[in-house]
This record gives sequence, C-alpha cells and structure tokens, in this order.
Amino acid sequence: MLARLASPRTGGLAALALVVLLLPLALRNNYYYEVAILVGLNAIVCVGLNLLIGYAGQISLGHAGFFGLGAYASAILTARYGWPPLAAMAAATGGVAVLAYLIGRPILVLRGHYLAMATLGMGIIISIVIANEDRLTGGPDGMAVPPLSLLGYRLAGERLWYWVVGALLVFAVWLAQNLVESPHGRALRALHTSEIGAEVAGIDSARHKVRVFVISAVYAAFAGSLTAHYAGFITPTKVTFFHSIELVTMVVFGGMASTFGAVVGAAVLTTLPQALTLFEEYEMVVFGAVMMLTMIFMPKGLVPTIAARFPNRRANE
Amino acid sequence: MSAQFLQFFLAGLTIGAIYALVALGFSIIYNASHVINFAQGEFVMIGGMTTVSLTAIGWPLPFAIAAAVLAAAAIGLALEKFAVEPARGASVVTLIIITIGASILLRGLATLVWDKKFHALKPFSGDAPIGIGGATVLPQSLWVLGMTLVIVLLLTWFFGRTLLGKALLATSHNRLAAQLVGINVRTVLLAAFGLSAALGAIAGILVAPITFTAWDIGVMLGLKGFAAAILGGLGSGPGAVLGGLVLGLLEAMGAGYLSSAYKDVIAFVIILAVLVFRPSGLLGTRSTDRV
Amino acid sequence: MVLRSVLTAFAALWLGTLQAQEPIRIGSFLAVTGPAAFLGDPEQKTLELYVEKLNSAGGVLGRKLQLFAYDSAGDAEKARTFAKRLIEQDKVDVIVGGSTTGETMAVVPLAEQAGVPFISLAGAVVIIEPVKKWVFKTPHTDRMACDKIFVDMKARGVSRVGLISGAGGFDKSMRAECLKVSKNHGVEVVADESYGPADTDMTPQLTKIRQNPQVQAVLNAGFGQGPAIVTKNFKQIGMIVPLYQSHGVASKEFIKLAGEAAEGVRLPAAALLVSDKLADSDPQKIVVARYRSEYEARFKSDVSTFGGHAYDGLMLAVEAMKKAGSADKARVRDALENVKGYIGTGGIVNMSATDHMGLDLSAFRMLEIRKGDWTLVK
Repeated sequence: MLARLASPRTGGLAALALVVLLLPLALRNNYYYEVAILVGLNAIVCVGLNLLIGYAGQISLGHAGFFGLGAYASAILTARYGWPPLAAMAAATGGVAVLAYLIGRPILVLRGHYLAMATLGMGIIISIVIANEDRLTGGPDGMAVPPLSLLGYRLAGERLWYWVVGALLVFAVWLAQNLVESPHGRALRALHTSEIGAEVAGIDSARHKVRVFVISAVYAAFAGSLTAHYAGFITPTKVTFFHSIELVTMVVFGGMASTFGAVVGAAVLTTLPQALTLFEEYEMVVFGAVMMLTMIFMPKGLVPTIAARFPNRRANE
Repeated sequence: MSAQFLQFFLAGLTIGAIYALVALGFSIIYNASHVINFAQGEFVMIGGMTTVSLTAIGWPLPFAIAAAVLAAAAIGLALEKFAVEPARGASVVTLIIITIGASILLRGLATLVWDKKFHALKPFSGDAPIGIGGATVLPQSLWVLGMTLVIVLLLTWFFGRTLLGKALLATSHNRLAAQLVGINVRTVLLAAFGLSAALGAIAGILVAPITFTAWDIGVMLGLKGFAAAILGGLGSGPGAVLGGLVLGLLEAMGAGYLSSAYKDVIAFVIILAVLVFRPSGLLGTRSTDRV
Repeated sequence: MVLRSVLTAFAALWLGTLQAQEPIRIGSFLAVTGPAAFLGDPEQKTLELYVEKLNSAGGVLGRKLQLFAYDSAGDAEKARTFAKRLIEQDKVDVIVGGSTTGETMAVVPLAEQAGVPFISLAGAVVIIEPVKKWVFKTPHTDRMACDKIFVDMKARGVSRVGLISGAGGFDKSMRAECLKVSKNHGVEVVADESYGPADTDMTPQLTKIRQNPQVQAVLNAGFGQGPAIVTKNFKQIGMIVPLYQSHGVASKEFIKLAGEAAEGVRLPAAALLVSDKLADSDPQKIVVARYRSEYEARFKSDVSTFGGHAYDGLMLAVEAMKKAGSADKARVRDALENVKGYIGTGGIVNMSATDHMGLDLSAFRMLEIRKGDWTLVK
C-alpha cells in the first residue's frame, strides 16, 4: 500500500485530498475561503483544458466561451424559467457538450495557429452573443443567479461551498487521471507526438480530438455553472477572450501534460492578482513580467520543471 | 442606394487597410520565426501614443512620426532579443504565452508612461470631408489608403530586391538552408521584429486622427490583425493585405446591411467558414509535414 | 525623582495611545484600469485626495480616515472578491465604490448580507430601484438623463428621434431606459442602431439613420470614445439634425477628442462642468468651484463628473458619520437615509427611505458645447 501511495498518480491524488482537507486551518475569514473556492473552480476548468492542450497537443483560445455558456445556461434556466438548479446544471453541461461536438467536428481539422484562430473566433462569437441578447442574459451588466439547492436544502455560505468545490476538484482530477491512462488517453498522447504516426497505427485521430474537446468543454461548463450559482451573479467578463487567455496561461504556467500542474497553475494565477494589489499601478507590469519570465526560464511549466529535479519520479504526473 | 454602398465600402476599405498593415506585421514575424507575436497590437498603440506625446510638447509632426516609428522598432528589437530569443525551441503554446505576457507588460508600461485616457492626433491635412459620388470620406482616410499602398509597394521592393529582404524570405522558406548559405539568422530575426513593429506603429499613427488612441487600443486591433493574417493565409504577404481588406469590408457591410450589433460575429463566422473550406486561408499554401 | 518623571511620561504615553483611536476605515473598489478606467481613475484620485485633506484637517470625529482601495478593472467578479476582502479582511466601516453597474450589482448582495453601508458610483437606475436597505448611490440615473433630454427635445419641437448606442453596460442600460420613457414625453424612437465596444467607424450606422426621413434628432447613449467617433462621423457625413449625447461623456476629454464636430451638441450634466458659468446665487456654486480648483491644482488635469460622484460619495459618508456621532454601520446607514439638503457636486441631495439617490431632475443641467466649451442652456 505504501508503494501505491508513493506512485505519482495515487500519491498525488492523496496529497491533493490532504491539502483540501487541511487548508481550512490556514483560511482565516470568508475572504480567504472565497479565494480558495475561486482557485478550486478555476482548477477544475484547467484540469479539463490541460487534457486538450497538454495531452492532446491541441489549442483552444476560446474556452471561456464554454465556461460562460455553462454559467449562463444554468443562470437563465433557474432565474428566468424556474428550473431546479441541479437539473439546470445538468442541462447546461449536456447542452454545451452537444455544442462542443458540433463545433469541434469541423474546426478540429485545423492545426496550430489556424486552430487557435478558430477557437478564438468561436469564443468571441459566444461572448458577443451573450453580451447582446440582454433580454435573456441581462447584457453587459450581467444577471443575478439563484443559489444552488439540493433537495430543498440551500447551498450557501463560503465554508459549505469550499467543501463542495474541494470534493468536486478531487473527483475531477481523479477522472482526468483515469482518462489519461485509458486507451483514449494513450491515443491522445500518440497523436500529440505524431498525428500521422498515430493514424498509421490505426487511431482515428479526428474522433479522439473531438472527444477530448468535448470533455474539456464539459469540465469548463460544469465549473461555469458552479461559479454562477456560487457567486449569485454572472457577467460577460467571464466569457471574454481575456479570460480564455487567463485559463490557457494557468495550464501552461503550471505545466502542460500534468494534471497537478494545471491545479498549481490555477492556484498561483488566481491568487497572484490578490497579492499584487500591493503594487497598485504596477500590477499589470508585474503580472506581464511574471508571465514572460516564467515561460522563458521554465518553458515546460512549473510542476514538470520542479519534478524534473527529482529524477526518480516520473515527470509528467 | 449606391451612395450608401459607397459609404460602407469606403469605411470598410479604410479600416481594412489598417488591419492589413497589422496583419503584415504578423506575417513578417511568423515567416521569420514561426512565432505569432500577440504583442503586435501594442506596437500600433506605441506608434500613436508616442506621436501624440511628442506633438503635444511641440515637435513638428514629421519628426514626431519618425521618432515614434523608431521607438516602436526599438521595442520590437528588444522584444525579440529578451523574450523570443531566450525561448527558442519552446512549444507553440509557450511562445504564445510569452508574447501575450509581453503585451500585458507593454500595456502596463503604457499606463505608467502615459495615462488611461483617449487622445486625438491632428489629422495630417485637415478635417474637411471630401464628397465622392454621394458618400463622404475624411482626408485622413485617403492618407491611410495611400500610405498603405506605398508601404505595400515598398515591401514588395524590399523583399524582392534588397539583400536583407531576400534573406528574410529565405529564412522563412527554410531556416537551415538559409544558415548554410551564410545568412545570419539572428540578424534576420531582429530585422523581422523591428520591421513589424515599425509597420504596426505606422498603422497606429495613420489611424489615430480617425479613431483616437489610448493605452489599450492595441488589443482589438491586434486580434483583428491576427484574424486577417489567418484569413489571408499565415505567412503570405499578399494574403495579409487581402485578409485585412476583406475583414474590414465584411465588418462595414455587415454593420450597414445586416446588424450593427452583430457585425463582429458576422465577420468571425465568415472567417471560420473560410477556414473550414480552406484550412490554410485564402492565399495560404497547403503546408506539408515531414512524417 | 527620575523614576516619577519616567513613570509619568509612561502613563501619559499609554493614555495617549488609548486616546488615539482606531482609524475609520473607508473601503473602495474602483475600475481604475480596464475599459472603465475613464470612470475609476478620477474616482480613485478624488478619494485619495480628500481622505488626505480630511485627515490633515483632523479627521472625522477625532479619528483618522484610512482608505482601502482596490482596482476591480470593470470586472464584476473581481469586484465581488475585493468587496469580500474589504468586508471580511479589512473590516471597513463603509464602502464608497463600484464604478460600473455590473460591479455594483455583484456586490449588492454582499453589502446587504454583511450590513455595510455601500454608496455606489454607478449609473443605472436598477441599483436603487427597488430600494435596498444598505445600498445608496450618488450619480444621476440613466433614466433621469433620458427624461432631461426628451424634455429639451420637446421644447425644440422634436418628437421623433434616432437612437444610436454602444455595446457597454452603460449604453445598453440607458438605451433601455430611453425606450421605456420616451412615450411619457410624447417622443417616438424611430431608429435604433448600435456599435461595438472598440469600433472605429460608425458611418454605416449613421448613414442608415440619415436615410430615415422621420428622424428629427439623434441621441447617442454612449460612453467612452465611441461617442466622440459618432460625433465626428455625424459631421463628416453632413448630418444637420440636433445631436444629443449622454452624461457619460461629460468631461473635457470628449470635446478634445471630437474637436469641431462637438459644436452644438447638447447633453445633460452636473453643474460641476460649468462651475465658472453658474450664477453666484446658485447654491451649488461654492461646492463645485472648490472641488474643481482643488482637483485641478493637485492632478493638473480637467475635472470630471465621475470624480465628482466619488467626492459626493465620500462627503456623504463623512456627513452621515458626523450626524450619527459614530462610525457604527447601522447608525451611519440611518443617517445616510435621512440626509436632507446636502449640497454636492451632482446636485442637492435629499434622501429618504424610498429614495437612496436623492437627486431630482433639476440636479441635471442641460449643456451645449460652443467654441470648445460648455455653456448652460437656459
């Protein structure tokens, strides 16, 4: 059993669960809990996005679009049509999955920068539509969202949400790890290395690319729904190109092809702006400089670079 | 009806010319280094803002413009030297993040060096609208179109006739082969960044009298320039120009005839459709991968 | 002997520190960077300047003021997080902030739940309608702007108007309000165009409006640089009907950007912009003239109405604390609700349990731009 614990996969998961369990000791007030919850929500999106960018080697500069669709669908169904929140979340996530499939099929034929542009365009289209349809979405000023309730019991308050998000994060990471080790995951890694080679070996690259695209979209939409219900409010800022870039940065910064890297990246880049408020006017300069310097000197990202210093452990978990 | 069409057409052409210049900047850097420089839009901003500051303290316009272009080129060189060169060999996504970080840094510096307000630049030759067939066009628009044409011609001459230009082209076709015939690839890379920055700055200066300039105008222009470069086919100079003009016209026609609220959506949907049917853009060559 | 004096000194010091009480904490989240920096930048400067001035004059209730200001960059979620930080971590007594409606609305539930008086600096009427116990605001509402404009239009014989607005929250909110109240004034909106947030050429949209023979005047419900471009395009394509702008462009920036095209444009704005043209008998003259000279002296840039709203917010909070005799949140809230006849840069404020803004239509002045400067329309 100790040997299993030492393996990067279960060991890592156990470490994450331990962090989630023990973190509240360091969280002094609701503001700290809020930041922790935001980290968790971003981490869920990043874990999914990492499957697409890190393992499958694709790129998406529009994932905030899926996040936003999940959030708004959930918000609109509960606020305007009175659906029960859990049903709305399920419908939102399912709807986004279908949409991701329909969008993914034609655009995943594209490669490299062309794919980047296509996902960028997709994200921008989604954000403009959401911002313009103000009768449905409240427009640029956003809309209020009813809180999540389970069997009549309202989920409110930072502490409760912390445990919910923490548990869901651990689950999301476990799921992602299983995916990576599954035949689907191996196919993805194969086509990342060489798409032609993988196809020669009999892998239907188009099908796998679409599948991971949909999975990462589902992660994003689910996190979006949760965010909407947690904050009680949603605005189109979460759907913009800037947020998409933030997400990609978290994944790349933390370490691509590393699920824990995605979590670490989300943690650092969500808390960094809070710490940078000290710098006030210089915040943007410092943020940009941090991004550039870490990418120049640690091009593989934080976790793989650190893990590479411990040669006994596999560097990509 | 046709006066209205002409009005939309001229509006689209003007903004399209600006997109074309920005797209050319993307293309030149991409050709030389296979890097997409997401900080390209910031050069547009630097050009405009520097010119505004210098004319405000009394410099004559031509000197202010020259100084602004040089300043932008210098920053472009610095970007290549300190951000792109050390990261040689990193993955596509990493390089994207680096240039995005650079654009955030430059914008942050802009708020410190200048301010967060909008600034207008005096039009080069006055404000009196010129009537053409029922439509009106600003003299500055004519400057934009004219200068873009001049620049495109200059670039054609540069790439076709000068040694540095040909070296740039050679590097974009095959880096190793270029090195083997003695081309200093490092210099070429620096030149590419400097040239792109200068192009961006010129675009920013040309358009500042019409659209005003501020610390964050680079973001949208950079994005649209990138879209135009992709639409025309990444790496193709004529493609960049065509992509820019087409994008500008799509926006203006979309706003005029369909829906002004959704004109960006219309433009992007069409770009996506083009990409689906021609994955390498309008004029891009189909690339072949070595297996 | 020596011991006695040392002990006395010690005792004096100890008592002295007991008397130097906790500072009064003022919290603020503003859009200092980002697309609404136009608003947040002068707001933050104003708050910093006046907290400093108040402190050097001895503070409020014998206590110093301490300002906690964060940059929410126009992002509602950042605003929420910073508001939580202000409430939970910095433990502020009152919040004066929220440059945009989106950011304000995201924070309203927090203020209500935590019971912290929140004076918003944003425009939309939805902030105070329906009235929320702990939420107040200082700027005029967008609905008031529409009312003021339509009244002026009617006085000029205009009854059919073409609307053009941008994509931002301010624009859309004002457009919706204008569409709602136009009938009340006997005005009909016969054209409705819009432009994007970073658009640089509105001639297509204006051309469409010009083609419409019914249009007798044009109203641009916008904010930022869009309206300046609209104004220039308006002149470029030779439109001669009256052009009205919103209070969103009430600053010299707009005139500088639009240049000669701004001649003849009308807009509703706070008296602050025409402080030098007010009659000496005007009750607002002293307040606006003083704010203007102090702001311009310190920051060497033109005063803006948005900074004025921040000034009003801070001064109202201070006034409420003085009336309540403490910084206790509930008492300050009650005092705020009962402010009567308070003269601010935005107008004369009369709050009540059903009106948490306290301004009426007379607080708006109709201005016309002539020769690059504001003039009052009588």
